Amino acid sequence: MNSTIRELLSKHGGLPIAVDKLADADDLYEAGLSSFASVQLMLALEEEFDVEFPENLLNRKSFSSIVSIADALSQITDDRQVA
Amino acid sequence: MNIAGPVSAMTLAERARRAAKVAAEFADQVDTEGRFPREGMDALKAERLMGVMIRPELGGEAASMTEIADLCAILGQACASTAMTYAMHQIQIASLADYAVGSAWHEAFLKRICDEQLLIASATSEAGIGGNLRNSICAVDLDGETARLEKNATVISYGAMADAIIVTSRRNADAPHSDQIATLFLKEQYSLERTSVWDTLGMRGTCSDGYIFKAEAPAEQILPKPFAEIAAQSMLAVSHLLWGALWYGIAADAVARSQAFVKAAARKSPGQTPPGALRLAEASNLLQQVKANVVAGLKQFEAAKGDADALNAMSFSVAMNNIKVGTSQMILTIINHCMLICGIAAYKNGTPFSLGRHLRDAHSAQLMISNDRILGNTSTMLLVNKQDTSLLG
Repeated sequence: MNSTIRELLSKHGGLPIAVDKLADADDLYEAGLSSFASVQLMLALEEEFDVEFPENLLNRKSFSSIVSIADALSQITDDRQVA
Repeated sequence: MNIAGPVSAMTLAERARRAAKVAAEFADQVDTEGRFPREGMDALKAERLMGVMIRPELGGEAASMTEIADLCAILGQACASTAMTYAMHQIQIASLADYAVGSAWHEAFLKRICDEQLLIASATSEAGIGGNLRNSICAVDLDGETARLEKNATVISYGAMADAIIVTSRRNADAPHSDQIATLFLKEQYSLERTSVWDTLGMRGTCSDGYIFKAEAPAEQILPKPFAEIAAQSMLAVSHLLWGALWYGIAADAVARSQAFVKAAARKSPGQTPPGALRLAEASNLLQQVKANVVAGLKQFEAAKGDADALNAMSFSVAMNNIKVGTSQMILTIINHCMLICGIAAYKNGTPFSLGRHLRDAHSAQLMISNDRILGNTSTMLLVNKQDTSLLG
């Protein structure tokens, strides 16, 4: 999952540095992720993983690192399996 | 100035009303001369209202954002420049009080604000960033324990009159534009070289001149939280709410003036409804919408306060943005109605029904943080945000 996130981050994140220079836990906002880019990334993730981010995950924290994006995505897919 | 009676026995609103009376007396002079609303601000200090939001153990009164908004609305009815200066100061206090918790230096400074009734300004705008306060070009230069900063600040409201300025910058020379920190510099730690003069249509008393800001201070004066967090969770919401409250105040005073005009006309011709009466009813209707918008926003803010997740939620940002855009547009419509009601008496300066100052001050509302920029941000968020269709949620 993390490699797909990295790929989309590289395409939509608009970061001033190369994504492979970032560790999974690095703060993406500190790396230059703008709120506009985070929405574009979110849309790309929704399309790629065929999910919809629920209201409780639509916040700054969910997009603060590759790890937290992966966590948010697993949370959504887990919920879907339960339902 | 003669401030009678003990401050402690009165409510915040009562104290603000006394200060507003002073501010109102000088409002036209401040506007005409484009000078700092010294009398109004001195009255607020005499009423010990500068640090009221700060917690009591540091000398404040733990006033809520709702209470501060009420004070801004009271001041807005008297002198918009005083109200805006007070509101901008409180926005800085909110950032300090909530986002420097545990920092000994900042807590000691908060106590000083209460003891000495200090005025705090901010420098977020910078030449070359295109009006986006979440971007900085300048960077703090950390040399051991000393932080140095030079900023080409296009606007520092009441910068020359402030006792301290909170300045945004990049974390260091290698950081991206959006990786910002905020540093509090004391008056004796900076120099201001004026680069532009605030000669504007309205809000003339905020003296928002441009400056080359140069400062050097101990590094412990950098706020412990990243500016991104402070902006997202506090500064933007607090700005929209306090500005909305004082804009409501400007419009409320315009409606009060036009009501007095209609009443006077009605008294002159008993049995006849004056022509402006219907339009007054319309203005009153619109004013109620502005009030409801601000009050609903305050309720939402108080419910979210202290909960980082709630404050970071997109739906919260959308709601706060809507308050800013909605109130700033609506007050212009209201004041225009009031102009039509009072006619030449409103258009002319120096009558009891003059509205030129109100109209010019109100025109700043759409521009300070441009509504187009805010609508742009909202439209981005609406690409993913789920609309809450409930009435009470």
